[in-house]
Amino acid sequence: MSPQQTRTIEVASITRVEGEGALKVVLENEKVVDVQLAIYEPPRFFEALLRGRPVEDTPDITARICGICPIAYQMTAVHALEVALGIEITPEIRELRKLLYCGEWIESHGVHMHLLHIPDFFHCHSSIELAKIYPAEVNRGLQLKKIGNHLLEVLGGRAVHPVNVTVGGFFRAPTRAELYSLVNELKWGLDAAIDVARWVADFTFPEFVGDYEMVALCHDTEYPMNEGDIVSTGGLRVAACDFEQSFVERHVRHSTALQAVRLPAETAYCVGPLARMNLNRDKLATTARQLSDDLGFDWPCFNPYASIVARALEVVHAFEVALNIVQEYRGCTPARLKYKYRDGEGAWATEAPRGLIYHRYRVCSDGTLAFAKIVPPTSQNQRQIELDLAAYLPRLLSSDDATIALECEKLIRSYDPCISCATHFLKLEMQRR
Amino acid sequence: MSTIPNSSPTVTKSHKPRLAVFKFASCDGCQLQLLSCEDELLSLADQLEIVHFIEASSQIEQGPYDIALVEGSITTTSDRGRIQTIRQQSKTLITIGACATAGGIQALKNWADHAEFARSVYANPQYVETLSTSTAIADHVRVDFELRGCPINRLQLIEVLQSLLADRRPRTPAHCVCLDCKRRGTVCIAVASDEACLGPITQAGCGAICPAYNRGCYGCFGPAAQPNCDYLADWYLQDRMSAAKLVPLLRNFNAAAPEFRDCGDRIDPNSDSGESL
Repeated sequence: MSPQQTRTIEVASITRVEGEGALKVVLENEKVVDVQLAIYEPPRFFEALLRGRPVEDTPDITARICGICPIAYQMTAVHALEVALGIEITPEIRELRKLLYCGEWIESHGVHMHLLHIPDFFHCHSSIELAKIYPAEVNRGLQLKKIGNHLLEVLGGRAVHPVNVTVGGFFRAPTRAELYSLVNELKWGLDAAIDVARWVADFTFPEFVGDYEMVALCHDTEYPMNEGDIVSTGGLRVAACDFEQSFVERHVRHSTALQAVRLPAETAYCVGPLARMNLNRDKLATTARQLSDDLGFDWPCFNPYASIVARALEVVHAFEVALNIVQEYRGCTPARLKYKYRDGEGAWATEAPRGLIYHRYRVCSDGTLAFAKIVPPTSQNQRQIELDLAAYLPRLLSSDDATIALECEKLIRSYDPCISCATHFLKLEMQRR
Repeated sequence: MSTIPNSSPTVTKSHKPRLAVFKFASCDGCQLQLLSCEDELLSLADQLEIVHFIEASSQIEQGPYDIALVEGSITTTSDRGRIQTIRQQSKTLITIGACATAGGIQALKNWADHAEFARSVYANPQYVETLSTSTAIADHVRVDFELRGCPINRLQLIEVLQSLLADRRPRTPAHCVCLDCKRRGTVCIAVASDEACLGPITQAGCGAICPAYNRGCYGCFGPAAQPNCDYLADWYLQDRMSAAKLVPLLRNFNAAAPEFRDCGDRIDPNSDSGESL
């Protein structure tokens, strides 16, 4: 009998993702026996430090979980708190919140596609290196991101950790002139985003199809952002507030992030642009919907590398929706609804750029927060990423360790993991034995 | 970028300052501001060699570094060691953002029962290894320049980098937010509404955004130079606001900045002290 073969490969820092983590792969006799995404991002205990604070602090503090998607936290928090406090927002506030989320989708998808993900398709270490080969394309991406940021600045006050969102609405509604000033750049952005979608749809994607249960919100008439039921490609449909009946977070030793799994069998599932697209493509805005047909893609798509096409289509959608809201805007009075404190509980889910995000809060009649629970997208994708790596690794095993590490990183990056978010996410250490 | 030829043949690679970006406990928002310099990013990349920026590049080089930008606070024993190594490898070390300059929002645990915090968030707190405090980088190593804000202002970041390239001191204001409200023509929130505003004691740099959006400043750029925190707190406490509202306001993203911390502790009837160092 031959001796056991042990081989160790390490990726100490997964790069071009948000936050910091590592990957550990254990091989026995060249068979994958374990894959662990280790999130070594230090824990910051958000759910604990919110307790006892004024409920109005929640959108400002939860925004600080993630500098790339603060709106996702703010939107989920205010909607959940409004359920707890019995507040029903007006159609005008609803439209402005959708507009704000469009800004974040444009900005966050812009960062991920052009600065983090596209360099992988051209064997570049960074977008700065990519810019030497494709200067016009990189600059176009930066301009798209800049428009997303500008939208966030006008409506939110600033792009990172905006200040204008509050329980019951906005501190100040934008003037018509402020929003109309965005029309020209949104029009340019819509055209540029269509060109980006055509560009990325022509990329060569590794042949890899996962056996996924994809989960996303689903709204009766709109592509989901701020509201909807939770649906899956496996046939699930529950109200967003019933998230915890169908999903549970588990705490594993190798990670400071919790891993969410699907009940009852505690199976992996995934959230994000591909999940949204597969479950909601018919509800895209007109141009994005037509483009999704014209690109020659087979939908639904279960190749994680092709998520960049879904992301590009969502940018087109976001520009289209934003342009429409801005052009239709006639003001928003009142900007903020009044409310009274009461004992109550509220849960809500929205669609962060990288996938479904769920919050649940309990509030007290003295205006303080008694309890907070936050389930970010990356903790939901983490187990599925590990399973994908285990499924993808066998075809790589004849390669050298550096190549294996690089290919693992590429697969992980296609999920747009946000490790800062997942902390309550990654180092590659590969053990072959 | 070793595989990329230099754009200018007269500048050899070794003459470009080597820039590194490091992250500790934080949200990534401050280093994102470097990527948000859309119009300046590629030109900055011509003047600086970005050799360590995990969020933006998969090519990571070892030190020494000419400029280190450090985001985040110290919350673990391993990070306490890592910042020492970074300091030894870096000619100029600049901290960026409220986490790095004051401990960040996670410094709220300095006032709490840390073990209880861990138990309340994690099913298996024994898997989680952290210190009981979140502290600023300057509490651990010498810092050459601090850039405030939650998040930092990207224009201030460009000013700092260009100053270093020109070998001059960065020009960032130390005055309070009130002056910027006057420049913006914003009606004073503290006087004209019932909102508490920390503008009189908070360092400028954000552009006085909050009052322009009908809300009081919440102090995300930390204490201004020589702030009279106690006077302002007492003025609010006279008949305008309760300690139950004012303490959390002082105790948020710069909770552990000494001036905000001491004032909050003084007026908080329930607190011993956040000074747990």
